[in-house]
Amino acid sequence: MAKYKIVHYINNFFSGAGGEEAAGMRPEVHEGAMGPGLALLEAFGEDYEIAATVVCGDNYFGENLEDATAELLSMIEPFKPDLFIAGPAFNAGRYGVACGTICKAVEKELGIPVLTGMYEENPGVDMFRKDLIVIKTKNSAAGMRKAVPVFKNLGEKLVKGEEILGPDIEGYLERGIRVNYFAEKRGSERAIELLVKKCRGEECPTEYPMPKFDRVEPTAPVTDMAHTKIAIVTSGGIVPQGNPDHIESSSATKYGIYSIAGMERMDKKDFMTVHGGYDRAFVTEDPNLVIPLDVLREMEKEGVIGELADYFITTTGTGTATGNAKAFGEDFVGKLKEDGIGAVILTST
Amino acid sequence: MVKEIERVGIPVVHICTVVPISKTIGANRIVPAIGIPYPLGDPTKSAEQSKKIRRELVERGLKALETPVSEQTVFE
Repeated sequence: MAKYKIVHYINNFFSGAGGEEAAGMRPEVHEGAMGPGLALLEAFGEDYEIAATVVCGDNYFGENLEDATAELLSMIEPFKPDLFIAGPAFNAGRYGVACGTICKAVEKELGIPVLTGMYEENPGVDMFRKDLIVIKTKNSAAGMRKAVPVFKNLGEKLVKGEEILGPDIEGYLERGIRVNYFAEKRGSERAIELLVKKCRGEECPTEYPMPKFDRVEPTAPVTDMAHTKIAIVTSGGIVPQGNPDHIESSSATKYGIYSIAGMERMDKKDFMTVHGGYDRAFVTEDPNLVIPLDVLREMEKEGVIGELADYFITTTGTGTATGNAKAFGEDFVGKLKEDGIGAVILTST
Repeated sequence: MVKEIERVGIPVVHICTVVPISKTIGANRIVPAIGIPYPLGDPTKSAEQSKKIRRELVERGLKALETPVSEQTVFE
């Protein structure tokens, strides 16, 4: 019997091409398995083969979503795979977006089952959980060993067209799909049981979870820019030289507020970047690429804006829990209000 | 952070490279930036050109802040 064919997508890092310095690499195709694909191949066993591994740099993908997707599709298609696997991306945001984008395109264009995996706070999860089966992984590659059997189990079921059970049973992230089933007990009994559990302070999981939407209504626009005080906030990891508050280079647990009083531009003698999620060479040379102080000072002098706050607020965005980012925001908005800030420019790498 | 700023009523523009991420988190005024390792400017060009690009992006950001929006809007 011919083997089932898998094509596997990985990024620059997992292909061994390199980290940030290789993140701009264009799509490539390699025959056979490589990197994390070797562990998948072993788990899937002798009825399966990884016919090819396609690789793309995270920055190239992120900056050229449509082109990268089209190039990769043209590389994947000739292998006529039975299953497409991307990642897992763990907590790497750009990689997660790439995995989700290419999976969705392969499913749509080639009509074959697809699988990917991510940590639940990866931004790719909320973008693609409704479209794809995203296997729940840990936040780093150390979670590969646990993820492999889940990929194998689900991959096999998809290839053979077997029924996929609920997310908790199979180990993927909830997709927001409801499936009807016949319960042993009728509703009133189940309701009483839940109530009793609740009264006892035990866990009482609802049968009907509601989707959570955290959206904020857009504010009214600025009407008088020439008299508005503007503050700069960034997730680009710019800090004073020496990083006095030890802001982490990834998965930040804190933010900083630093003075730019009297400065005409962001001087590399004064500032550096600690962000661990992009190639720091350019920004090290010119921090204005993240904090556009030079042009904002010009605009302040020209009267385009009223005034620039004499500080900026900064943290590192990569790998940072959304819960932490929310807490930073909640914490510093009081200061923005107090200081009469009328608008904020928030830059992200 | 974008949402918490907007939640207290301060208009905010998110200048960022990966627009889909910004949309997912819920920014309402989004300006696409140049590249991941250099969002505001282009160091592969001359210093003057790079700064000009930065000025244009900031101007677009200010325009976004001055534009009424009722839903998530990308200012290309």
